Amino acid sequence: MSSGQGRVDVEVESKGESTPAKEKGHPNTCPGCGSHYRDDELERSLRVCPQCGHHFPVGARERIEQLVDPETFVEEDEELRSADVLGFFDLRPYTERLAEAEVSTGLGDALVAGSAAIEDQPCRLAIMDFAFMGGSMGSVVGEKFVRACESATEAGVPLVSVSASGGARMQEGILALMQLPKTVCAIEELHEGGSALLSVLTHPTTGGVLASFASLGDVVLAEPGALMSFAGPRVVAQTTREKLPDDFGLAESNYRFGHLDAIVPRSELRPTLGRLLRLFGRA
Amino acid sequence: MASEAEIRLRERLSKLGAMKLLRGTKLSGELDRLQDQLDKLKEEPSAEDIWRSVELARHQDRPYTLDYAGRIFEDFFELHGDRGRADDHAIVTGLGMLDGHTVVLVGHQKGRDLKERTRRNFGMAYPEGYRKSMRAMTLADRHGFPLVTMVDTPGAYPGVAAEQHGQGGAIARSQAAMARLSVPTVACVIGEGGSGGAVAIAVADRVLMQENAIYSVISPEGCAAILWRDAGEARKAAAAFRPDATHCLELGVIDTIVPEPGLGAHEDADAAAQLLRSAIVEALDEIDSMDPDERRRERRAKYRRMGALAFA
Repeated sequence: MSSGQGRVDVEVESKGESTPAKEKGHPNTCPGCGSHYRDDELERSLRVCPQCGHHFPVGARERIEQLVDPETFVEEDEELRSADVLGFFDLRPYTERLAEAEVSTGLGDALVAGSAAIEDQPCRLAIMDFAFMGGSMGSVVGEKFVRACESATEAGVPLVSVSASGGARMQEGILALMQLPKTVCAIEELHEGGSALLSVLTHPTTGGVLASFASLGDVVLAEPGALMSFAGPRVVAQTTREKLPDDFGLAESNYRFGHLDAIVPRSELRPTLGRLLRLFGRA
Repeated sequence: MASEAEIRLRERLSKLGAMKLLRGTKLSGELDRLQDQLDKLKEEPSAEDIWRSVELARHQDRPYTLDYAGRIFEDFFELHGDRGRADDHAIVTGLGMLDGHTVVLVGHQKGRDLKERTRRNFGMAYPEGYRKSMRAMTLADRHGFPLVTMVDTPGAYPGVAAEQHGQGGAIARSQAAMARLSVPTVACVIGEGGSGGAVAIAVADRVLMQENAIYSVISPEGCAAILWRDAGEARKAAAAFRPDATHCLELGVIDTIVPEPGLGAHEDADAAAQLLRSAIVEALDEIDSMDPDERRRERRAKYRRMGALAFA
């Protein structure tokens, strides 16, 4: 399974389980070329390896800083939290996993929403964070995304979403699955209200998020090397015993098959979104 | 939340009692069963109850979409192909008459013997299957035919070609197509409602679910493999995420539980079809007279409400 860039090997299916430390190097060591960086070096390079171009993961807050005009971001719906209706308990209670994720990421859930401007163009943002339980989508992610759609429609501006997710959050059962149609219906309303959705897929965007809002952008972009597949590579390999191509599910493969408008390196993402926002913006 | 579900079940009980269609059949038995369901709502289904649903939902003699199509619709005419690339046999589409009106049917299809199972790919559709569905949905909307869908899939097919053909996008677009429809839509979960592959054809004005069907975000085995790190713990996983009809009703995910004959639909396909048919007719009656825009607005509003939130 080790591809050239070694990017497929993410624990997508673990959805927030602490990944085994073995074979995973230090988070600041490039899995592409083995170069090691101090955190401030990576921050300055937008967390892209200056040697080989590998894109390291970016958290929601840092992503917002990278993308928006300084001081323009105003967060919305920060107070929303998951209610554990099922009283879900596997090896640990869901509430404990939530609390731990909140402490380690400083986020209320796996999506941060708000208003901002990118290259002077006003927009709404829905930015996911893979570090919060594998970016899994439960009620809070769905609700925040829907509210961001409504807020964008009301303001008559486009919505920019940046996804990073292992899929629907199992611990919320069927209600997690219902976030797919919930977000899809919201995009219908957004479109009917005249606003656009610009969807950016980052590593990894899989399962229920790919099978709902992430795929429905008027324009769909992805970062280089991002895994974007409905079923993760491990599930495909185990279920079908097919030999997976080296670029299975990667942005480059999806682009070739016509599922993406462009692959945009991180340094180009802000100007690209600025261009698109100008094209979609109304005078 | 339980009280709301209880009210809906009570409504259904009284309606079933008033229904002429079923007179002289097994009505009294069905009334008893609904009463049982009502009683069950007050006590949580046990882990064993839930696992029995999982097994019955997958029972090899359980009626599949085409078993119902022949029994519920008159003059069923199957439509083939997505008009782009293929005819996915894991999803059937077609036209038929129900109660004197033409309706469009879309449903997952499993097979019974080895050959048929393979041909139907175990009810796991490729993106072509969802594109075939969308073609049928568009047709329904164009001609003002109500849409009935039947959900029975372990999930969308997880394969290399399926990904290359855009599985995620197809599932998303199929839901969007259903959110856009002007015509009345009824979805029936008749077996396994497996994750994205199921909800792709289940975004409807009314969602019915047979009492032994399951509807879930992931298979019990998949959940167990991830969270318990052992697929053998599927029973525990099912008990934890509760894919049974009673819980789906409680959570507002479905609108009605459709009773099954005897110990389950596998015992008597004719009786199961009759019960399903009356539930579909009843659901269509409720929504048929609505203004199309209003109906679509309410459909979206229903999904808008789904979820459970707390506040920091």
